[in-house]
Amino acid sequence: MPDKPERLTRREFLPQAVRGIGLLATGGALGALATRRSAGELVWQIDPRKCVACEHCATDCVLSPSAVKVMHEYRVCGYCNRCFAYFVDQPTDDTTAAENQRCPTNAIRRSFVEDPYHQYAIDEPKCIGCGICVKGCKEFGNGSLILQIRHDRCVNCNQCAIATACPAQAVSRVRADQPYILRRSG
Amino acid sequence: MRSLGVGLLLLVALAGWCAASEEFDFPPPQFSQGYEYPHVSKPSPRPDWLVYVDIGVLAAALGLAAWLALGRRHRRGLALLAVFSVLYFGFFRHGCICSVGAIQNVALAAFGSDYALPMVAGAFFLLPLLFALLFGRVFCAGVCPLGAAQEIVLLRPLRVPRWLENGLGVAPYVYLGAAVLFAGTGSAFIICDYDPFILFYRLAGSRGMLVLGLVVLLTATVIGRPYCRYLCPYGVLLRWLAPFARWRVRITPQDCISCHLCAKACPYGAIRAPTPEPGAVPRHVGRGRLAALLALIPVFVVLGGWLANVGSPILARAHPSVRLANRLWLEEQGRVEAKTEATEAFEQHERPTVEAYRTAAAIHARFRVGAWAFGGWLGLVLGIRLVGQAIRRHRSEYDADPAACVACGRCYAACPVQPTRENALGLPGASERS
Repeated sequence: MPDKPERLTRREFLPQAVRGIGLLATGGALGALATRRSAGELVWQIDPRKCVACEHCATDCVLSPSAVKVMHEYRVCGYCNRCFAYFVDQPTDDTTAAENQRCPTNAIRRSFVEDPYHQYAIDEPKCIGCGICVKGCKEFGNGSLILQIRHDRCVNCNQCAIATACPAQAVSRVRADQPYILRRSG
Repeated sequence: MRSLGVGLLLLVALAGWCAASEEFDFPPPQFSQGYEYPHVSKPSPRPDWLVYVDIGVLAAALGLAAWLALGRRHRRGLALLAVFSVLYFGFFRHGCICSVGAIQNVALAAFGSDYALPMVAGAFFLLPLLFALLFGRVFCAGVCPLGAAQEIVLLRPLRVPRWLENGLGVAPYVYLGAAVLFAGTGSAFIICDYDPFILFYRLAGSRGMLVLGLVVLLTATVIGRPYCRYLCPYGVLLRWLAPFARWRVRITPQDCISCHLCAKACPYGAIRAPTPEPGAVPRHVGRGRLAALLALIPVFVVLGGWLANVGSPILARAHPSVRLANRLWLEEQGRVEAKTEATEAFEQHERPTVEAYRTAAAIHARFRVGAWAFGGWLGLVLGIRLVGQAIRRHRSEYDADPAACVACGRCYAACPVQPTRENALGLPGASERS
């Protein structure tokens, strides 16, 4: 309360008081934010355990092509004899011809490791994040192919358009210092 | 005791290891020829320190806006600043994060369960408010990328009739309430979802949003800042704080020749003309009306809260988990045949439907509380606006309404008088009011 300074009317005092309180509150809140120890920025990421590879990632991102791409967790891969992410269900023959491949953009590179294993690598610039391979791997294999938001591409919208569209609610905010959710850590 | 603890730990670790290896149907092969797993690239997000660059640019832009608007009274400088903001906060930063949208982050952090407010969202929310307490709505002048875009496209402003202005002016309060309700319950960020300009900044978006964006942008060529005046929820907060600003846009009464040019130049109807002499209504009649309206406010609040509470099951459908549970129930009851993407996704996880119902019930409970607050808020706004209509303040000079003025500086350019710096800033050296 004012101790009656010179000619300070009620009309003048009230705005000053409100301003003072407001400045203290906003300034204090800013200071509290800046000095908070656990302060961390957040980024969007897909939880592969919840993901159902519905293809919304390819179409609903504000970027084109999407910021979501397939990531191969090799340590989870079973190196199946016939990879269900790579080959369609009923290939016409035993070759890697285009009609035998699931990927619509030819973004999976198949290379021989040792008999009978092949390695399947994602050619990232070609991948559009449709998740067709992810679905195949998830249904018949170990699920080593996962959809992840690539943070070199993601513009980190305040509300992720994919998160809004995701039918499995698999997209959430995660801490920026652990920006990927893998099926197996390490 | 210790060995027991170690043993337990080992057991837990063993169980975890078993669970981890059991998760996969096909065990990874034992390669005989020294195969090495390829490196999986995991590009890092934008480094944290860049956040401080954004905050710094915001603070600098706010400071510059305040200096241009109040210190220099420089219309062209403010217009240039608006162009910069459109380029930086708009096109370069893709419109995210902005202060308007940050309301939702704050609401989610305040009412949501496990969301820690990021530094950048907090700073973008608070800095313009801090500046509003000092300098008025200089954030709107040329820093906000939404306001700046509309400021730039305004060509031939038409005057909006007072009754329409008053009517449409309620919308931002409703929008603010809804945005806080939906963000606080973790349902949706409606300010972002229905941002009419973000599509231009990202050069991507749905067709519906393109139509909305074009409509708003075209409207903005003839009606000054339609989004800011009739929708912007952040404008509500600035509107509250700006009247308490230490320095603000002034039509210097000491120099004013009452030429009316500034009021004509203001496209936002923010310059109030002098009121006619009071005496139309006897004072005691006005006082009675005011008392009646004040007594009505609690009625409005309770009524609004109750109505919204009744409607809370509908409001709760904004949350995807509630929509999922509703649909699952309909499917279980056999009322609908087809499955939706969401129920199909739910089925794939092989969880009991009870789990979905339980989640939805918890969200419903939150919505019941939220709806009370939301409805009460709407009632309060309506009541206060009615009271505001009943109060008449006497004004003998032209005056910029600090709540509505966005400090665009058009009135400066239109004013035939060059006021002294002291008068313009309302400094102690200013000549006394007559």
